[in-house]
Amino acid sequence: MAKIIGGVATTHVPSIGQAIAENKQKDPYWQPFFRGFDFVHDWLARERPDAAVVFYNDHGLNFFLDKLPTFAVGAAEAYRNEDEGWGIPVSRSIAGDPALSWHLINALVADEFDITMCQDMLIDHAVTIPMALMWPGQNWQGIKIVPISINTVQHPLPSMARCFKLGRSIGRAIETYEQDLRVMIVGTGGLSHQLDGKRAGFINKEFDQLCLDKITNEPEILTKYSVHELVAEAGAQGVEFLNWMAMRGALPGRVSQVHRNYHIPISNTAAATIVLENHPEPRLKAA
Amino acid sequence: MKQDIPGTIMFDGDQAQKGLALNRMCFSFNSADNRAAFLKDEDAYCSRYGLNEEQRAAVKSRDVLRMIEAGGNVYYLAKLAGIFGLNVQDIGAQQTNMTVNEFKAKLVAAGGEHG
Repeated sequence: MAKIIGGVATTHVPSIGQAIAENKQKDPYWQPFFRGFDFVHDWLARERPDAAVVFYNDHGLNFFLDKLPTFAVGAAEAYRNEDEGWGIPVSRSIAGDPALSWHLINALVADEFDITMCQDMLIDHAVTIPMALMWPGQNWQGIKIVPISINTVQHPLPSMARCFKLGRSIGRAIETYEQDLRVMIVGTGGLSHQLDGKRAGFINKEFDQLCLDKITNEPEILTKYSVHELVAEAGAQGVEFLNWMAMRGALPGRVSQVHRNYHIPISNTAAATIVLENHPEPRLKAA
Repeated sequence: MKQDIPGTIMFDGDQAQKGLALNRMCFSFNSADNRAAFLKDEDAYCSRYGLNEEQRAAVKSRDVLRMIEAGGNVYYLAKLAGIFGLNVQDIGAQQTNMTVNEFKAKLVAAGGEHG
């Protein structure tokens, strides 16, 4: 049976892609962010995931505002990245796992999540940058992904509670998958930032700390925030935290936060990386 | 959708309807050929995508706040800004009426002593 080993959540600021391309990981500006990945690399080497379910938001590469799904699940053999228009280098493709994708799709729809299914799906920097951070040199040949896009762009957005439940449904589905896969969950984006309007440059360290503290063992507290409150507290683009909530929802066991890195700023963003481990709950014997 | 967060226009259904042509044009800038065509003849390119007068004037002025007023979404406007070599820090400075260095300093300050 498949096993959920844990989750990684991290920022996906496009300029990180530029910094990687220009080998700036050790520059004083970038080092406080990139050093947060030393632990992640060791953790991945130890945990050896076979597959990753990646919750992210598309920024206008695969989807446009004319037809914008709230939740879209990839079911492709491979996922390509393309020119996004602002000059970050195009990444190499990432392998998909259609069998796992369809298992998740079937389970989600049975669970009343009426998702969009995508047999062709371009992935943007919100997938490729976290992957390149976790697998430097884009050495991600050993892993297959199921990308799940959440609309964080055009309101109305799904709620924190809804994204958490989406994650829970995914978590339950993975645990019933018959193949012996070690599966990790990824959530990308955030934390607080705002790119647009007179409030551009807004960052809220206090709220970010609350999110980083509560996501591990009290995520229900975070599900109480409305999207409107999330925009107010985290900034217009800080709503990408919805991807983190879905990631957390997909960890069904006893969860511990084994790593946290938080740094202000990377570009306009409060940058954060966490690793959550998922430990299976001891099975209760049937009465 | 309540638009009551200071300095923030939530990109809701009203904004999405208003901005569809402008955002569609910006979406086209994923292609290098389209970026070149825009630079070659901006007016013709805006016409091809059916921008209204407000949107054309906003694009011409390079004023991001005006483009947002006209229904632009920042993820799409960033593709337009990229054509002029501007990143999100440049447009952040422009929208907040600061120099880029002042804007960057404000971000660093948000981190406090222990960043």
